[in-house]
Amino acid sequence: MSPKKLGLVTALAITLSTAAVAQEQVLNIYNWSDYINPEAVAQFEQETGIKVNYDVYDSNEVLEAKLMSGSTGYDLVVPTGAFLERHVQAGIYAEIDRSKLTNYGNLDSVLTEKIARHDVDNKHNVPYAWGTIGLGYNEAMVKERLGDMPFDTLDLIFKPEVAAKLADCGIGLLDSPAEVISIALNYLGLDPNSEKKADLKKATELMNSVRDSYKYFHSGKYISDLANGEICVALGYNGDILQAQSRAEEAGQGNVIGFAIPKEGTLVWFDLMAIPADAPHPDAAHQFIDFVLKAETAAGISNYVYYAVANTAAEPLLLDEVRNNPGIYPSNEVKANLFTQNAHTAKFDRLLTRAWSGIKTGR
Amino acid sequence: MSVSTGAAWIDKSASGMAKYNIFRSVNWGRLGVIAVPALWLGVFFFIPFLVVFKISLSESAIAIPPYTAIFEWDLEEAYATFKLNLGNYFYLIEDDFYLDAYINSVKIAAVSTFFALIVGFPVAYLIARSKPSTRVVLLALVILPFWTSFLLRVYAWMGFLKKNGVVNEFLLSIGIIDQPLVMLQTDFAVYIGIVYTYLPFMILPLYTALEKMDLTLLEAAEDLGARPLQSFFMITLPLAVPGIIAGCILVFIPAVGEFVIPALLGGSDTLMIGRVLWDEFFLNRDWPMASAVAIVMLVVLVLPIMLIRNAQGKEEAHS
Repeated sequence: MSPKKLGLVTALAITLSTAAVAQEQVLNIYNWSDYINPEAVAQFEQETGIKVNYDVYDSNEVLEAKLMSGSTGYDLVVPTGAFLERHVQAGIYAEIDRSKLTNYGNLDSVLTEKIARHDVDNKHNVPYAWGTIGLGYNEAMVKERLGDMPFDTLDLIFKPEVAAKLADCGIGLLDSPAEVISIALNYLGLDPNSEKKADLKKATELMNSVRDSYKYFHSGKYISDLANGEICVALGYNGDILQAQSRAEEAGQGNVIGFAIPKEGTLVWFDLMAIPADAPHPDAAHQFIDFVLKAETAAGISNYVYYAVANTAAEPLLLDEVRNNPGIYPSNEVKANLFTQNAHTAKFDRLLTRAWSGIKTGR
Repeated sequence: MSVSTGAAWIDKSASGMAKYNIFRSVNWGRLGVIAVPALWLGVFFFIPFLVVFKISLSESAIAIPPYTAIFEWDLEEAYATFKLNLGNYFYLIEDDFYLDAYINSVKIAAVSTFFALIVGFPVAYLIARSKPSTRVVLLALVILPFWTSFLLRVYAWMGFLKKNGVVNEFLLSIGIIDQPLVMLQTDFAVYIGIVYTYLPFMILPLYTALEKMDLTLLEAAEDLGARPLQSFFMITLPLAVPGIIAGCILVFIPAVGEFVIPALLGGSDTLMIGRVLWDEFFLNRDWPMASAVAIVMLVVLVLPIMLIRNAQGKEEAHS
């Protein structure tokens, strides 16, 4: 073998081996179920050559229990704001290196400012998607019982005489104490993030006064139950209710589902991408975050999951039915009425859960 | 004659066997055999139990892991701190919410066990008295549901019991009711779920007890003038007692701590200790408190049952 040839072979071998190393790169993502368009992951793998292991959860509590036990092996997780706030306190996350994010400027700065309430200067997070908690309703069933009363009011679930009329067709509430109580506090004109015992008592009294009209507290069941007429009103996440809406259309049983953001104001939540401090592949995680921040990717996700993205550059690429759906992208007046729910102290969490168990079990 | 043979495959726990035999004579072969299950129980039951007990004595914290250490070394300063927190147990006693949850769990488990016995006994009786060839088929049918996921079967019950589910549609169509019954999200649905799920655990020990029964005893009773019902209550039932006890325990214990069935089929007012545990762990993120709830459940509910079983075992060994 001539020296020249040998050099060529060596060069080839080196290229091959670096290719092999690149192929071995992996990224372990832990995200909410049904929260991304499948093409996005495939495209990321194709563009970067990084193999993505995509795992899903359906509650912040499950995610938190895993993170709190430590060494999960995940590189990227997507907790909701109040949870991220606690996780940052516990030192779970590494800081995001913005110099690696070329598309960070695409983010909606009005929203990132709101998010900074959970995480000072947004050091540990990049927003993934956001949404509200609102009222899902079965138009015909509610009209039949309430006449021409508007749908966009929390009176449906918090005013005893109104809720009582809906009891027979079924009201379902999220089984999420912090979120529901903050909405109840806000409905009462109190600070939704109040940790005062007296305020919690007022919210508990309000809930107890309507408790008998509720069918259940559950954070997932209401999607299919709304769609097939098992319940007629639900307090739930906007994207879930919009999903119930399209399921009802597909089923063709004549159930028409609507979504309304209550005029009394409601909670806005943000799901935030974060990198655990012990993530084995932080670089790949940064690459994925940057990929999600691209206008095309963000728009693709929003168009698919029917949740809003905090990405200004993505707006022109959204489908009309998504962009103009006030349930997904509410108007500025409505936005002004939204509040965030912040993490509570452990002491208040205990009082809250105890009060919530009391409400749920009616004792 | 030992009447306990019927349920021997379940109720003779490894620790029980170890105790009797080791003291009688040291038989190394036996000891070796016993060591395997004892080791298993030690590694997969006793050590985890100690870990949970340890966590129950710490305090919750916002950290990884989310509780404080009980024992801390400082090698440089050469001192160790040892901090026990009994607050969780006091809190358990102070707040009658937990007592309510324990009582309600016991009530639901007891009622379910009773119905499982009522339903399971005739089935076990039928299987034990049928031809051996049929017996195999019937037993297979009892075990068959285990081949599908437990969760799927509970979801299937949701399909049956919901407002426009199979049961309501059927009752409406034949005109027995004119308004759909509310069955899902009630205690009723929880009872159905538990009885359905744990029925095989009732049937199998009952079957073993009934199958081992000496049928000539019944003939003797008949010769002596006993009517069928009389001989059932005076002979069959007493001989089935070990099977009844084993079956009841196998249904009762898991039913007390059941979480999935009340969560899916029960209403939000179905208060059970399994759900309280879930709330403590996931909503409160209070691992120490959740651990305390679990430990108390074990001590209050399971220990007395095990002690009773042990006492019974000794009685049988003496007779």
